[in-house]
Amino acid sequence: MSNITNQSLSEILEKIKSKKISSLELTQAYIKNIENAKKLNTFVTTTFDQALENAKKFDNKPNNEQLLSGIPLAVKDLFCTENVKTTAGSNILNNFIPSYESTVTKNLWTNGAFLLGKLNCDEFAMGSSNETSFFGNVINPIGDHLVPGGSSGGSSSALAADLTPATIGTDTGGSIRQPASFTGTVGLKPTYGLCSRWGIVAFASSLDQAGPMTKTVTDCAIMLEAMSGFDEKDSTSINKKKETYSKNLKDNIKGLKIGIPKEYRVDNMPKEIDELWEKGKKILKDLGAQLIDISLPHTKYALPTYYIVAPAEASSNLARYDGVRYGYRSQKGKDLIEMYENTRSEGFGDEVKRRILIGTYVLSSGYYDAFYLKAQKVRQLIKKDFDDSFIKVDAILTPSTPSSAFKIGEKTNDPVSMYLNDIFTVPVNLAGLPALSLPAGLDKKGYPLGLQLIGKALDEQKILNIGYAFEKNCGYKNEIKKWWS
Amino acid sequence: MSLDKEKIKHVAKLARISVDEAKVDSLTKDLNSIFKFIEQLNELNTDKVEPLTSILNQSLRSRKDEISDGKIREKILKNSPKKNEEFFVVPKVVE
Repeated sequence: MSNITNQSLSEILEKIKSKKISSLELTQAYIKNIENAKKLNTFVTTTFDQALENAKKFDNKPNNEQLLSGIPLAVKDLFCTENVKTTAGSNILNNFIPSYESTVTKNLWTNGAFLLGKLNCDEFAMGSSNETSFFGNVINPIGDHLVPGGSSGGSSSALAADLTPATIGTDTGGSIRQPASFTGTVGLKPTYGLCSRWGIVAFASSLDQAGPMTKTVTDCAIMLEAMSGFDEKDSTSINKKKETYSKNLKDNIKGLKIGIPKEYRVDNMPKEIDELWEKGKKILKDLGAQLIDISLPHTKYALPTYYIVAPAEASSNLARYDGVRYGYRSQKGKDLIEMYENTRSEGFGDEVKRRILIGTYVLSSGYYDAFYLKAQKVRQLIKKDFDDSFIKVDAILTPSTPSSAFKIGEKTNDPVSMYLNDIFTVPVNLAGLPALSLPAGLDKKGYPLGLQLIGKALDEQKILNIGYAFEKNCGYKNEIKKWWS
Repeated sequence: MSLDKEKIKHVAKLARISVDEAKVDSLTKDLNSIFKFIEQLNELNTDKVEPLTSILNQSLRSRKDEISDGKIREKILKNSPKKNEEFFVVPKVVE
């Protein structure tokens, strides 16, 4: 019982369903962990009373036919939750209480889960280290001086520290996969359109996608199954039959063709990342997969393209924060325009302002063709690289990140070096593809490193299967000392 | 190409963000380093490439023009920083 919280979601579900533990006992165990882990700064809001109430309700009338029967879950504070404060890590939404529930969280609750609290993240999901949050940086349970990655840093940290059995994040340029890699956990960015964007605080609408963050690949399949699905309220939601990812998990990957893109061996990449990649290749090869060298020639242009497209969409999406309809309003200013300017200046943090200015500039009269149109054309080339490769291969294996978790404060003064963290994750968002980050090993400092499996659009089952086989043969185990409690 | 302080103030005006004079220098430095990075794209000839406007190979669905919601004024006004019973209240616009 005392160790229930360090088990995987699927193990916990088995115990709930066989009545070895009640939902109430489970919820109380997580609440205790959360109260002992304040140092990590993972939670912006907790909903303990509501969670205990829901746990009791479940225990009184258990429905064990659901995917997430009786499971308490904390989620990234970018998902709107009905009557529970939703901040997106920003001062401008510090007092915002939605009167509606995001489709993705609603799907989790319909499948038997309930809310435990809202997790810290980079402001408006803009960041790779969780240092841009208005609510302070999150600490990686791997070490008290390390960032947990970002933007879903509260999610990755809470998961790795046993403060939630699984969680969800959002990924616009790597915000699920990079923090998963930094904390030794599993993270999946689904195909664009698989999970509804309705009710998620928008960052860059052509790139944003919600996805699961879990301790194991099986858990990842369960969560994806629960959260995905067609939604009328999202005009880019894909209308297709719902899949049963967890039931269909198979570890036989014999004969599958795995592409190895040469462009992902970047200059100055630490030797350990290269060795990890070699280890990953060997595991898949030993399982009967066939390795094929491929080329994705426009890889190096993905980040510059992203830093036009994402800020452009962000500047447009964030125009809604005007201090009139909801959110923070400045008391300074003599007229309406000054009220807007002061509200936005006081309400947004530096990184968000930077990106709004970049976006406004690249969309402004006389510059649109040189920047935005150019970026849309290069985005086409990047997508074509993947289309061409997927004629030859079933999936692509790359490192998830160019380094392990870095120190708090190490990159905050140099935005471009911070952006370079997403060099391996961003191309996938531009092409709308699914990608899974798997914990694969440790560097010489003992910090986790991840490998990324990229799939064809809507081919989540295949990358989950490869991940499942990989996990069984990799021998990676997250062993985190609970120094904070 | 480089962005000077005046240009940045102009863009900030367009974005309705007041910029603290003391921060303009560091902002100019940061934005210029980002644009220098972005300009790598000029190495590529894209004259014959179609811009990618949607990642999905489908056009956006449109729904019937019917009311599917409504009578939720209270909910909509609930989060407003300043309101009266029916309206959002803003600083005086017309003299």
